Amino acid sequence: MSQETILEVNDLRTSFFVEGNEVKAVDGVTFDVPKGKTLGIVGESGSGKSISALSILQLIDSPGKIVGGEINFKGDNLLKYNDNQMRKIRGNQISMIFQEPMTSLNPVYTVGQQLREALKIHRGLGKEAGTEKAVELLELVGIPSPRSRVTQYPFELSGGMRQRVMIAMALACDPELLVADEPTTALDVTIQAQILELLKELQDEFDMSIIMITHDLGVVAETCDYVAVMYCGKVVEYADVNTLFKNPRHPYTVGLLNSLPRSDVDQEELEPIHGTVPAPHEMPVGCRFAPRCPFATDLCHEKLPDLEDIGDEEQVRCWIYTDEWDGDPEVKVYEPEARTTKDQ
Amino acid sequence: MTVYIIRRVLQLIPVLLGVSILVFSLMHLTPGNPAQLMAGESAPPDTIEQIEESLGLNDPLPVQYWDYISGVVQGDLGTSMRYNTPVADEVWPKFKVTLELSIYSTILSIFMGLLAGIISAVRQYSISDITIMIIALFGLSMPNFWLGLMLIQWFAVNLGWFPPTGWEGPSSIVLPVISLGTAGAAIIARMTRSSMLDVISQDYIRTARAKGVKKRVIIYKHALKNALIPVVTVAGLQFGALLAGAVLTESVFAINGMGRLLVDSIIQRDFPVVQACILIIAVVFVVVNLIVDISYKFLNKRIDLND
Amino acid sequence: MSQKQELLKINNLKQYFPIKGGILGRTVNHVKAVDDISFNIYEGETVSLVGESGCGKSTTGRAILRLDDPTDGTVEFDGQDLLSMSKKEMRDMRKDLQIIFQDPYASLNPRMTVRQTLNEAMEIQKVIPQDERNEKIAELMETVGLQPHQVDRFPHEFSGGQRQRIGIARALSVNPKLIVCDEAVSALDVSIQAQVLNLLKKFQNEMNLTYLFIAHDLGVVRHISDRIIVMYLGKIVEMGDTKSIFENPQHPYTKALLSAIPVPDPEKKTDRIFLQGDVPSPMDPPKGCRFHTRCPFATEKCAEETPELRNEDYMQDGHVAACHYMKDIEAGVHQPTKDTSAVRG
Repeated sequence: MSQETILEVNDLRTSFFVEGNEVKAVDGVTFDVPKGKTLGIVGESGSGKSISALSILQLIDSPGKIVGGEINFKGDNLLKYNDNQMRKIRGNQISMIFQEPMTSLNPVYTVGQQLREALKIHRGLGKEAGTEKAVELLELVGIPSPRSRVTQYPFELSGGMRQRVMIAMALACDPELLVADEPTTALDVTIQAQILELLKELQDEFDMSIIMITHDLGVVAETCDYVAVMYCGKVVEYADVNTLFKNPRHPYTVGLLNSLPRSDVDQEELEPIHGTVPAPHEMPVGCRFAPRCPFATDLCHEKLPDLEDIGDEEQVRCWIYTDEWDGDPEVKVYEPEARTTKDQ
Repeated sequence: MTVYIIRRVLQLIPVLLGVSILVFSLMHLTPGNPAQLMAGESAPPDTIEQIEESLGLNDPLPVQYWDYISGVVQGDLGTSMRYNTPVADEVWPKFKVTLELSIYSTILSIFMGLLAGIISAVRQYSISDITIMIIALFGLSMPNFWLGLMLIQWFAVNLGWFPPTGWEGPSSIVLPVISLGTAGAAIIARMTRSSMLDVISQDYIRTARAKGVKKRVIIYKHALKNALIPVVTVAGLQFGALLAGAVLTESVFAINGMGRLLVDSIIQRDFPVVQACILIIAVVFVVVNLIVDISYKFLNKRIDLND
Repeated sequence: MSQKQELLKINNLKQYFPIKGGILGRTVNHVKAVDDISFNIYEGETVSLVGESGCGKSTTGRAILRLDDPTDGTVEFDGQDLLSMSKKEMRDMRKDLQIIFQDPYASLNPRMTVRQTLNEAMEIQKVIPQDERNEKIAELMETVGLQPHQVDRFPHEFSGGQRQRIGIARALSVNPKLIVCDEAVSALDVSIQAQVLNLLKKFQNEMNLTYLFIAHDLGVVRHISDRIIVMYLGKIVEMGDTKSIFENPQHPYTKALLSAIPVPDPEKKTDRIFLQGDVPSPMDPPKGCRFHTRCPFATEKCAEETPELRNEDYMQDGHVAACHYMKDIEAGVHQPTKDTSAVRG
């Protein structure tokens, strides 16, 4: 890849061990995060996108376990780090924000106490210096009258304000990478717009790289530079954001776009993806998407395709783009005009 | 906060009035004439009349209640029928013993219970968790008088480490406190474990880990304060129960406490003393509950002032 | 369009929830969740109630079905006043008025199979004779796209999308006239959501159903609705045909709301209107226009006078909005008084 990357995830595998069975939540995930850019990881529930994010900071709880792969952060494999080394990374060089601002802050400590914590751990700031920095951070994320906010408890703040506090906390030690796990899913749309814009501004200000985990293709289009589409624990497509929306390759990506009801154009009919996501214990042996794919052939049902490079910065996990493809050689996975939309 | 405390204290008034009415009616609901009971089966009628007069038993009930309650408010709990001394003199020293016993036992319960509960929760399904939970189950199901007898047998009679009976000096306190506090410790341990397990899976614990906070700090700072809320309730209830239920332990260890006084007075039909004991227990129970509620507010500022 | 028949008529609906407080625990205030709203729904159409949390859209849905008893106002359904009905009359009425909730799992009895669930619904309403019920159940299963052999399974054996289909089947089992869909597709993944939306549309065409759709996802709303009602802090701020609302929004709140939606097209850049601050508390809503505290165009007049819903001559018929300045804003005469390009105010 041509540009500098800050994080390279290679063949990451995270499994959950329940009653003697292994559920492969993340099953060989590979992606790069270019420095100063935003990588979106998009997928539906059960795709393993959140588990991938938590795996980066090794926040997987029992019965979950990272069972293989590499997470190279600036050249060092984080999976080789011990707990002590990992703690020095968390909240310092890599921080994370979560989906539920309402429950992600500790209800029994003030905003100031929670903000000071990371500053004390990673920067050794005392109470006074910590409070000053906390006020500064709250101001940075656009919280009005920040000085009076540091003594407030989370329940005294609205959801949008809490998410700003979470962002302030994540930014406390100038992280190089921010992992945002569905940061706006629980928020109203006008508040979501504020938070996404805030993240964009802060990214430019601090030259931060972001991993944006989301299920919302709108959020992806607005905030991301690159996108990894996940399905059943695997990346099925990786591309820059314009390519992905203009020329999606994987039938699953196409299916997602076609089933999305849009607010910006009129659509006659949605084209849903047929069927449902397979249960973890009945995962297909071939391509995970084959049972729902309109183009699937015998090959797809029998053999799992690899994530192959098909362009400069494009990868796709689909037999159609390989020499082994045994279906219609003229198959058109994506036809923009078929999307029955009348652009205004 | 102040409004909350005032409101809660005001709410105590009707509760205490209710308790006092119940206690007062004890005397009048029991079959037979109290004066007769006092004087004995064979007392002559004029003696009974005299007693009735001196106790004001011929006045209408509301008047009697008023006399009683205004006495109580001024610290006059009546006169013991058995000893013919003021009830307060009879009850106070014994109340103090029982209160001490209950406080020490509660402290032991909380300390042991929290420690065991936290270890259990942090190492869920480990050998130490399983061992602690088995011990807690035993502690919970063992009658405390039996545990008391066993403790006397081992540590007083066989080993001679502690005196077998009495309530004098620190060494005599150990065995009764253990025997009374064990069940509470077991309950608190189980409560702490489930409460901690619940808290540990909360989002804000994950947030703390994502900040790079040490595991020990997460447990004792982030999790424990949240987990304490239900534990405080149990500890409060436990304290009230100990106060009222120490009678068996007091008997086993021959401690001159309020439990024994209460039982003796019931047997002797010394109603003023019975009334006083029940009233004191009720008041302490209610006050402890108030303290528990107020401590909620300190643990979690979010709890609604108006609930 | 042919002559439209009014099915539901809401007049001056109010829903206040009391707040207890003070030393004596008396009612010290009210949450004005819904504060004097009126609208009609015609037979066979889909009307969506949209707005952000706390705007009162779900409360309105619940009030119509009398899941909460409204404080004031009238709800006329098919010419009958629902609010003056007895409990028993209302129970009978429920066969015409069904609701589908956001969380299908929470609204299905976990100990009842699909067959039992559907049977119970028909039993309560007594619209289908006993001997025809099994046939009806088989037909419903097929209609909502479930396999006939799944009829004796329990809710936990189904996926989220399938459970929502069961919820729909249950609502349809009594041949209702109106279905209130309270965030009915919000919890579903897009691929499944599209299946359910298509299904709802299909039934509407086949059975002349009427939907009151309560949703926060404006993509879904645009796709499914004929008309849209925008609410803010318990009041209707704008109401009109879907196309007219999306293409020609009049109220500054509607404009901000629509501009805030992330568009799944990286090449399309929207001019976003960032609203300052949060929605005020419905306990103590602002005087005058409730939106004036966040409105980029607000003046002193907005803080004092409550604007009425009205139609201006340049607007489509039936499109109304409650803003003092909508005409001047449209003509470019009235300029913003606040900056809306920053998110760190």
